Amino acid sequence: MSHHIVQAENLHYTYPDGTLGLNNINFRIDHGESVALVGSNGAGKSTLLLHLIGCLTPTEGNIRIGDYPLNKKNLKAVRRSVGMVFQDPDDQLFMPTVFDDVAFGPINLGLPDADVEKRVMTALETVGVSHLAKRSPHKLSGGEKRAVAIATVIATTPDILIMDEPSSNLDPGSRRRLISLLKTFTHTKIIATHDLDMALELCGRTIVLNKGELAADGETKALFHDDNLLEASGLEKPLTMQGCPFCSKEPIPVIAK
Amino acid sequence: MHMADALISPAVGGTMWALSAGLIGYCSKKVKNEMDDQKIPLMGVMGAFIFAAQMINFTIPVTGSSGHLGGGMILSILLGPHIAFLTMASVLTVQALFFADGGLLALGCNIFNLGFFPCFIAYPLIYKKITRENPTRNNIVSGSLIAAILGLQAGAFAVVVETVMSGISELPFSTFLMLMQPVHLAIGIVEGVTTAAVVIFIWKARPEILNAAASSVPIGGISIKNVLTGITVAAVITGGALSWFASSNPDGLEWAMFKTAGVEELESPHELHASLSKVQEKTAFLPDYGFKSDESELILNENKSTEENGTTAATTEDKKHQSSAWPAVDSGTSVSGLTGGLLTLTLAVAVGFILRHKKSNA
Amino acid sequence: MANLHNNLFDIFYMDTLAAGDTWLHRLDPRAKVLTTLIFVATVVSCGKYEVSMLIPFILYPVFMVTLANLPILYIIKKMALLMPFAFFIGIFNPLMDKNIIARIDLTGIVVWIETIGLNNIMGLIDFNGLKGITGTIDVSGGWISFFSIMMRFCLTVGAALILICTTGFDSVCMALQRFGVPGPFIVQLMFLYRYMFVLIDEASRMLRARALRTFDTGNIKHNLFGQMIGQLLLRTLDRAQRIHLAMCCRGFDGHVRMVRKMNFGMTEILFVAGWSLVIVTFRMYNIPVKIGTLISEIP
Repeated sequence: MSHHIVQAENLHYTYPDGTLGLNNINFRIDHGESVALVGSNGAGKSTLLLHLIGCLTPTEGNIRIGDYPLNKKNLKAVRRSVGMVFQDPDDQLFMPTVFDDVAFGPINLGLPDADVEKRVMTALETVGVSHLAKRSPHKLSGGEKRAVAIATVIATTPDILIMDEPSSNLDPGSRRRLISLLKTFTHTKIIATHDLDMALELCGRTIVLNKGELAADGETKALFHDDNLLEASGLEKPLTMQGCPFCSKEPIPVIAK
Repeated sequence: MHMADALISPAVGGTMWALSAGLIGYCSKKVKNEMDDQKIPLMGVMGAFIFAAQMINFTIPVTGSSGHLGGGMILSILLGPHIAFLTMASVLTVQALFFADGGLLALGCNIFNLGFFPCFIAYPLIYKKITRENPTRNNIVSGSLIAAILGLQAGAFAVVVETVMSGISELPFSTFLMLMQPVHLAIGIVEGVTTAAVVIFIWKARPEILNAAASSVPIGGISIKNVLTGITVAAVITGGALSWFASSNPDGLEWAMFKTAGVEELESPHELHASLSKVQEKTAFLPDYGFKSDESELILNENKSTEENGTTAATTEDKKHQSSAWPAVDSGTSVSGLTGGLLTLTLAVAVGFILRHKKSNA
Repeated sequence: MANLHNNLFDIFYMDTLAAGDTWLHRLDPRAKVLTTLIFVATVVSCGKYEVSMLIPFILYPVFMVTLANLPILYIIKKMALLMPFAFFIGIFNPLMDKNIIARIDLTGIVVWIETIGLNNIMGLIDFNGLKGITGTIDVSGGWISFFSIMMRFCLTVGAALILICTTGFDSVCMALQRFGVPGPFIVQLMFLYRYMFVLIDEASRMLRARALRTFDTGNIKHNLFGQMIGQLLLRTLDRAQRIHLAMCCRGFDGHVRMVRKMNFGMTEILFVAGWSLVIVTFRMYNIPVKIGTLISEIP
């Protein structure tokens, strides 16, 4: 199952206007791992994600997705195994109905119509929104849009799931549903987020970016106990790890694991 | 500016549909061949942008009225004429379907008037000629202004020609022209100024966008000329054919139907005519008033102008005759038309009620 | 177009109507598009002085509105809002075409009312006073063609509204595609429709943000206008880029394909053929005149 790995070697990226995007990033994510990518605004999270789906080409260094080095030639093959959920579902849901949208990927894979339909319905059932199939995306609520956006990606059965801020703009209920859903996925997951509580629940491993550089890479719980690291990276201890201001000074037990 | 279904004849509407459909086909092919799949979402979103941008109004100095962004010119400058034309056509289609701006038959006219002139005439022949390879603030302003004004003038002129050729509206050519051109001069200035303002903003903020648009689109050359020639020929043929059978017979559509149905086209109307006039003769309705005689006054109830046109069709007299001499209009049939019209209306509404009633019972 | 945001809710509502579940909604969109086009073309083909011939055509909208459960008042209201435009152009006809082609004989009308028994039917109204009225009113061709224009307007606009309210925009697009409209244009229409909502929202957020910081009721000055539209345009271009990215991530190769089951079956054939027959009959025979003639023969 070596094709589920994601590896970055000595990654450098400079924007066309000269701004430094990424500087000397190295990591290797193995099959089935769930990794949180955290860091302050402008730390380079989105830039890194765009590299992983081949939308930006590193100025230096290289990326391997599974067996392939990521380059123009095998971009298509790579994109079949990597699914990306974008931050704004409106960018991702571009077809007239939810069904058409979820079917977009499977159709492009060249599946026969009957299989496409089966895939779509399975994907919608997985995220629990099969009743929305005939609706237009512009009539969905934020939570529904996010769920459908995830369905559009899992309908293409990727091995690796990349998500940019999946819990942003969600009400607490929708956020909880999202977390429970993501817990059921066995894919390799890379989740860029500011929601450290979610990271704590979903990801055993965390990569901290700071100003385009890799500030830390390790077990999530351990990193979130490192006050100096968090402060230097513009982060804050997740709420679940802070003491309750009303009933005790003791940290409440971490939910994860 | 939008043409409406109610004002055009099938011949004009059909011709303009054919023209616009040809242009859409040509542009689609062109876009497909360019193979830049990034343009596909771009075009769509730009169409939506035109809608959204029209929400933002600004105050026109001095007059105090408000203006907003037009469409064709800014799209051409940003995306090149082919994509701009397709985008404009899609905007007008949505307007026709949802806001009933224009209408379905008039859509061909509207796409042509508001799409063809700015994208394929004003942009390449005026804007591009003025700005050339190196846009400056001044030539962007003068280019957009002149191109937008002339594009709209051409469009307004086309509206006049189409309306007059349709013959539904009574406005004489010159009067309508005198009405439309000045109004659209004002609209054109507003569009030109807004276009220039936006283009200058983009030119300052992201000059590469303008450069890409300007360089990626090969205009002039052979292709567009060929297409224009082809389209002109097609228009002449379609228009000619449609207007020929529109004029050779007062009613082109009817003629076409008889033709296709295989019925002898001359005989049938005559039979119809004959039988109808027999019916009329027999109509001994209101004899005291001498309705049968041609001299007699017609009865018309004005809200029911209904009746008289009933006559038109029933007597199948040619229009000239009918419009030149009103006494020829048969009053008996007029009354019949009125009675029948009221009845038909009642019937139609009754059908609605019955259907609804049945449904609610079911 | 400042009320575009209201129009947006209008479109939302029409979308909801199109999601209905009557047999007319379920009918293959191609059948409805075809019938609508035949209807509009036929109505428009009627001569310019036709009024009574146009009356029977109302049967189609009545049929559709009733059987598709459309709110009739809403449709009428929508048409009424658009009326001024047709009115504005049509009103020139009475001014220009002063050729008298009909004369109303008031005495005749009174007799006519009595003859068909209208005064008895409406027993409540006293028609006796009418008896003294004599004289004539001349009607110019302009007024008649004006009425004709208004009727055409109602029929054609009504037909288009009904089409969209029973079919939905995306299904109309799919039907057009099957009729051979080029793919890029169909995709263009679908994208436009999808992102119209998103961008209008974005534009209204910008307008709101501006309104909160301009303390006069102030209209937008020209220089600011360019900047705002320009901003919106840049955001739009960025969004287009992100959408393209999202499409590529799901295997986009320049073609947008869709799986839509469409079935042009017996019902559809009957629908199109039946209505075509009815519409053409209305066009070829002036039904009201025929009925009227029949009735006047009875006494």
